Amino acid sequence: MDVRSQIGMMFHLDKCIGCHTCSIACKNIWTDRRGTEYMWWNNVETKPGTGYPTQWEDQEKYRGGWEKDGNDLYLKSTSKKQIVPNIFHNPAQPSMDDYYEPWTYDYQNLFTAPEGNDQPTARPISMVTGEYMDIEAGPNWDDDLGGSPIYARNDPNLKSLTPEQRLQLFSVEQLVLYYFPRICNHCLNPACVASCPSGALYKRGEDGIVLVDQKRCRAWRSCVSACPYKKVYFNWFTGKSEKCILCFPRVETGQAPACFHSCVGRIRYLGVLLYDASRIEEVARADEKDLIEAQRSLILDPNDPRVIDAALAGGVHPSVIESAQQSPIYKFVVDWKIALPPHIEYRTLPMLFYVPPLSPVIATRKDDRLNSVSDDFFHDIESSRVPLKFLSGLFGAGHDGKLRYALKKQKAVRWYRRAVTVGDVDMETAEKILQQADCTKEEAEEIYRLTAMCSFEDRFVIPPANREEAIEMLKEPFEHKQSAGFGFLSGPRRGL
Amino acid sequence: MFEASLNMDLFLFAILPYLSMSIFFLMTIHRYRAQSFTYSSLSSQFLENKAHFWGTVPFHYGILVILAGHVLGFLIPRHLLAWNSRPLRLYVLEVSALIFGLLSLIGLVNIIIRRVTRSKVRINTTPSDWILYGMLVIQLASGVYIAVFYGWGSSWFAASASPYIWSLIKFSPDIGYVVAMPAAVKLHIVSAYMIIAFFPFTRLVHILVTPNPYLWRKPQVVRWNSNRAPRRIR
Repeated sequence: MDVRSQIGMMFHLDKCIGCHTCSIACKNIWTDRRGTEYMWWNNVETKPGTGYPTQWEDQEKYRGGWEKDGNDLYLKSTSKKQIVPNIFHNPAQPSMDDYYEPWTYDYQNLFTAPEGNDQPTARPISMVTGEYMDIEAGPNWDDDLGGSPIYARNDPNLKSLTPEQRLQLFSVEQLVLYYFPRICNHCLNPACVASCPSGALYKRGEDGIVLVDQKRCRAWRSCVSACPYKKVYFNWFTGKSEKCILCFPRVETGQAPACFHSCVGRIRYLGVLLYDASRIEEVARADEKDLIEAQRSLILDPNDPRVIDAALAGGVHPSVIESAQQSPIYKFVVDWKIALPPHIEYRTLPMLFYVPPLSPVIATRKDDRLNSVSDDFFHDIESSRVPLKFLSGLFGAGHDGKLRYALKKQKAVRWYRRAVTVGDVDMETAEKILQQADCTKEEAEEIYRLTAMCSFEDRFVIPPANREEAIEMLKEPFEHKQSAGFGFLSGPRRGL
Repeated sequence: MFEASLNMDLFLFAILPYLSMSIFFLMTIHRYRAQSFTYSSLSSQFLENKAHFWGTVPFHYGILVILAGHVLGFLIPRHLLAWNSRPLRLYVLEVSALIFGLLSLIGLVNIIIRRVTRSKVRINTTPSDWILYGMLVIQLASGVYIAVFYGWGSSWFAASASPYIWSLIKFSPDIGYVVAMPAAVKLHIVSAYMIIAFFPFTRLVHILVTPNPYLWRKPQVVRWNSNRAPRRIR
């Protein structure tokens, strides 16, 4: 056992209102520089929809992630034998056209236009070339199903649906959407790290945050192609790849990342997970239908004395273990099993989990009245407006067992809370539903608390960074203080 | 008159090479230490993905083969001459050298056309890029010209240029090998020295940081904040 800690994340899709506050918070802090205008380290997509970059989930087109051939695990388009001959021109690399050309408007013209018969307009100007341009696409072009069905029909997850199911998804009175906010998943088996010819990308040992060493990046660009989630971006101005850094300067000082902090719907949770690093490769090779379970088995119980001993021996700080014991992510992912990884079939083992959305309660029209009663409590999950098949493409590698379990449990918690607070469902029925959903009253109460009544401290259990101890490992602290003073990385000196 | 041209030759073939190499070593090392962030190939594939292929791929493969040929002629001139002693082998070598030279020249022309015509790429091209393209055009065009009009270069390079370079390396420059060369060859040599001198100020530095540890490293890279060695227990 090689116990390491990883900052895990969870987004509760049922709570996301699609306001894009997270994206703006991130953009204002990190990506408003030249060369980064087009980047959205955090973005919010509408599903069904094509996302950003357009159709990023179509790995026939973008050729990202890992692929399993027999028992061999290799990078789909960025293995060594593919990168070396293709280093001058990477055939799988997306270009700006796959994202969008960033623009601003010629606002000055509103003030300086000469007097005339028409109102002056602010024409769009490219932020790359500075020339006037026609806007053809944007990072959120199909937001809220805008332009549907033209755009939404291109969602790669729709491939597995029957024509009837697709029709059902897009018929006017049944129309349904949900939001899918995305940041870097800070994977356990990151394809971007594995593909980098310069070794510039790395995973931080202490908290698992995946970063690009800006000084070592040489613009070979294979990380951009390798990441199946398209969450590594190429800065065309500096010639360096950049990606979500999980706001590590904030996390190290005990603050939640900006997108987490600013989330209006309070959908975001963050906490430490302990995992067994020696089993990563084995888990990444698991059969597709077992991948979700295999990834769960990688995450260790932070209260198990054997795990604690192994963690301490492996150098995990006691305060981090303590933090892991409070982790909301562990509860959602392992205890309750209602949070699932996105597109686990890419085999990067993402450490950002999603609670799948319960689609709106389905109702049938009966004599001009809405009727939602059915004998089977979970009837509306099976014939949900968002077909289960569509969701399982995203959260189950096409297998809906784990997804159905998660949705059922959420549904049961709702029925139970309805029995407690509204009273139009009797407790006996609620208990029966809970039982069918593999949930106890206590668990339901806990899920309800952490979902609906959670405070800042409940959602973000941020592990101490223990940077001060890192210095102790390298140098005697007093000696360091006397030679450098606090606050210097390399001490002041005289001469060369 | 004769003296002046001899002085010129002395400068170009006995002083300039040392000047260029000094600039090359001092500036690349200084740049790596002070500005390692700027060591990048500055790829523009992201801005334009199609014409990019027809420029950069032929250029790089062409120039790699040609450079390797020059290095071989310099390192193992005797073997090269022995190889060329049969006419057929000489023809094969000459023709393939010309093909790869043309490949890199065509690639370079495509690169320049793309740089000029695609506005996104043009805006992202610096003065140092334009100067470099000019120098490379001179270098490649003169090289191809020599290959066409002064045939059997693979042999005379091994016989005369190789000893000249060795004399430079031994710090006793013997320009006798080059003063008698045709103007095109002299241009080719001087232009090469200019490129070496200009090298540290351009994107060419990416050649110095081509990825080699990559080929034998483990797939995943983990960096620890402290030097506490992560230990495993079974």
